[in-house]
Amino acid sequence: MIYSVVVDVTLRDGIADPEGATIERALPALGFSGISSMRSGKSFSFTVDAVNEEAARDTALSVAERLLSNPVIERSSVRIEGAQ
Amino acid sequence: MTARIGVVVFPGSNCEYDAVLAAESVGATAEFVWHSSTDLSPFDAIILPGGFAHGDYLRPGAIARFSPVMGAVAAFAQAGGPVLGICNGFQVLTEAGLLPGALQKNAGLTFLCQPALLRVASTRSVLTRNAQVGQELSIPINHFSGNYTCDDNTYQSLIDNDQIVLRYVENPNGSRDDIAGISNVAGNVVGLMPHPERSMSQLLGSEDGRVLFEGFIAGSFARL
Repeated sequence: MIYSVVVDVTLRDGIADPEGATIERALPALGFSGISSMRSGKSFSFTVDAVNEEAARDTALSVAERLLSNPVIERSSVRIEGAQ
Repeated sequence: MTARIGVVVFPGSNCEYDAVLAAESVGATAEFVWHSSTDLSPFDAIILPGGFAHGDYLRPGAIARFSPVMGAVAAFAQAGGPVLGICNGFQVLTEAGLLPGALQKNAGLTFLCQPALLRVASTRSVLTRNAQVGQELSIPINHFSGNYTCDDNTYQSLIDNDQIVLRYVENPNGSRDDIAGISNVAGNVVGLMPHPERSMSQLLGSEDGRVLFEGFIAGSFARL
C-alpha cells in the first residue's frame, strides 16, 4: 500500500519563535484582533510504500525525528492522510 | 613541524578559501577535504567553514550532517582531535550532535553582516587557549541563523563545564546569554558564529582573529 503522510514540525514550547512573533505583531495592522500564541512551523507531505499503516507511520516518525526536525528545538507530528 | 589542517568543503560552502588562507597565515598548511571523503587521518586539525552546505535546505546543517565526512569528523573529535566550526560549520556541528544546542533564526529576522565585538569567556578551548579571559575581539558576523538556543539543562551544563567560549558584547541576534561560541566538554570541538578567518589582517579592518587561529593551530599538536 502507498500511504500519504503529512509531518508537521513546530518549535517546542519555550523556544523563542521570532517568525511567529513577527507574524503576530503584523496582524493588528491588517485589522485582526484577539489573535495570540502564533507559532510558525513547517509541513512536509510525502508517500510511503509500506505493508500496513503502522509500518508507514513508523517510517514517517523515524524520518521526522532524524531529518525533518531538530529534536533539540522542534517537535514533530505525523498524520496518515490516506492510502491507495 | 607544521600543523596540517583539513578544511571540509560541502556543496555550498563558501568560506573555505578564507579558512585555508587564515590557517596558512599563522604557519599551518591547509587543504580542502571534499565532503564525500571519509579519511581524515592525514590531518592534525579540522575546520568546517562557513557557507550554505547543501543549500541550507530544511535547516542549516541538517543535510550536511549526513555527508559521509561527518562520521570521520565525529571519530576525529572523539579521539581528541581539534575541530573548529565557523558559522555554517557551527550549525553543522550542532545538527550532528557534536556540540549541544541549536542555531535558530536571528531574533530580528534579518541577515546580519557587520563587525561584532566579542569577549573571551573561557580559555579552556582549542580556539581560545592563547587568548585572555575578558579580552575583547572585533570579528565580523555574517548570518541569518545565529541565535544560539538550548534548554535550561543544557545551558546549566554549559556553565558548569565552562563551555561558553565567546560572548557578544552587544547581543546582535537574540542568542541565549549572548553566546557567540561554545566548545564541547573536552574543549577540542569549538563552534562560533563570527568569522575569525576574516579578521586576520588590518587591511580587512581587524586582525583579532589571529590569536584564535594561532591558538587553534598550536592546539592541534596537543590533543586535549
